[in-house]
Amino acid sequence: MLDKRMTAAEIVAQLSDGMTIGIGGWGPRRKPMALVREILRSDLKDLTVVAYGGADVGMLCAAGKVKKVVFAFVSLDAIPLEPWFRKAREAGQLEVLEVDEGMFQWGLKAAAFGLPFLPTRVGLGTDLAELGGLKTVTSPYADGETLIAMPALKLDAALIHVNRSDWRGNVQVFGPDVYYDEWFAKAATKTYVSCEELVDRMEDHYEADAQYNLFERCFVTGVVEMPGGAHPSSMPPHYGWDMKAFKAYADAAKDPGDWAAVADRFVGASEADYMNSIGGKEAVAALPLPIF
Amino acid sequence: MTEVTLAELCIYAASEAFRGNGEIVATGVGPVPRLGASLAKLTHTPELMMTDGECYLVEQPVPLGPRNYDDRKKAGYLPFSRFFDSAVWTGRRHAMVTPTQIDRYGQINLSQLGGTHKQPKTQMLGVRGFPGNTIYHPNSFFFPSHTTRVFVEGDVDMVSGVGYNPAKRVAGGNYSGVALKKIITNLCVMDFGGTDNAIRVVSLHPGVTFDEVQAATGFPLEKGDLTETPLPDADALAIIAQLDPHNIRAGVIKDNPPAQRAR
Repeated sequence: MLDKRMTAAEIVAQLSDGMTIGIGGWGPRRKPMALVREILRSDLKDLTVVAYGGADVGMLCAAGKVKKVVFAFVSLDAIPLEPWFRKAREAGQLEVLEVDEGMFQWGLKAAAFGLPFLPTRVGLGTDLAELGGLKTVTSPYADGETLIAMPALKLDAALIHVNRSDWRGNVQVFGPDVYYDEWFAKAATKTYVSCEELVDRMEDHYEADAQYNLFERCFVTGVVEMPGGAHPSSMPPHYGWDMKAFKAYADAAKDPGDWAAVADRFVGASEADYMNSIGGKEAVAALPLPIF
Repeated sequence: MTEVTLAELCIYAASEAFRGNGEIVATGVGPVPRLGASLAKLTHTPELMMTDGECYLVEQPVPLGPRNYDDRKKAGYLPFSRFFDSAVWTGRRHAMVTPTQIDRYGQINLSQLGGTHKQPKTQMLGVRGFPGNTIYHPNSFFFPSHTTRVFVEGDVDMVSGVGYNPAKRVAGGNYSGVALKKIITNLCVMDFGGTDNAIRVVSLHPGVTFDEVQAATGFPLEKGDLTETPLPDADALAIIAQLDPHNIRAGVIKDNPPAQRAR
């Protein structure tokens, strides 16, 4: 049987310096943070990170892993401005491609379909095209409309945290909103999935939930079980975000303001150490779902 | 009866921006816009659509602040994963938001202040969905503090939303979806009904003068048929109180002043 099980360390060992990495989720929601923490424990560097950004982007920037960020926002919702991303930006240490949220998913879709770009009106009349070097195209039909050519956001790898997977990479993704995880998976050469629950054969356990198979297993290269793996971001319906942890993380950007001094608290020497430090996966499971 | 607050007057004015909008998604980001959109739906414009702030469409607007997770009645579904296909890129939405800066053309900024794009002096949120929102569907704005720092003299530092600046319009582009509607502040209500869509004051809050508004604005304003912004009636106030049981609206405008200034 096709067995795609890997450890988090094996997944990160398949990544290399300079790669373009897409990270699923949205702000402080459904982020594959356990895999991000594994990157933070590695020597990887010069990454281009493509994300609807939250603490994933903040931490990777703070740790000096990032050469370039492709983003529409980087935010922790209740803490609107991601403090470590902000610090890295204001130090001028990052290359950026800033795009609109809708253009972003359009770029993932272009990559998924193997297209060089997809046309859109979005971006016209703003500073985005000029700052991002985005070109325009002209409709070849009678309307002759000028449109922005949103370039494909081709990913070398995507990291996604899902609710369930089996050994072969049959995922089930539920929770009220799955954001653009499907398109991260399809835009990437290789997609690595961490999950709350791993089973041997999905059809033997959760056959009734087959319609939650958000993307098919041909888009999955590796799977690893990491319960609580989205912490401190939310993973409905299992748990909400940990605003106390985000607050501590945000405060640390001011005092001491030095990632090296606090990385151990927010990353840990191993994922087991990290989980222990926050009270274990039971403590994560007890976090209430956020109210909007 | 307690005095009507300026925040409540702004909520009432915000609700008017959504009047008669039809079957579109009304999005109010922040307490005053959200309460305004909710009030509109519960009074004059019940056909408006609205989410619970997460992903479900609700016919009964969700109150602000702490509540039980399941305290909402789900009537439909509009997650982020289909927000562009269903609402934004089809023009079926009217959003009211609070950018960091706005200029004489209605161009807005919430991305960065000062410095360069490579090294901003202050990094803010990023452009979020503003470029798409502003080219595809109607938008209005709410500012709790009307100052020249918000209503800037020149262009905004980073144009994150489309305005009526002819110099920014790439030839051949389709700008037919651009529709900037109302600006509500702690001083007045404005629209884009001036010469070539210039910003125009249409009503002044009780006790505020046009000169005071002009002095707090970094560019010349046009003057409409100035009226006094109306106070919410008792029914509206009761609905606002129900929708905001924790009185979050009291923290929106500095010192939570009454709508009626001491004369």
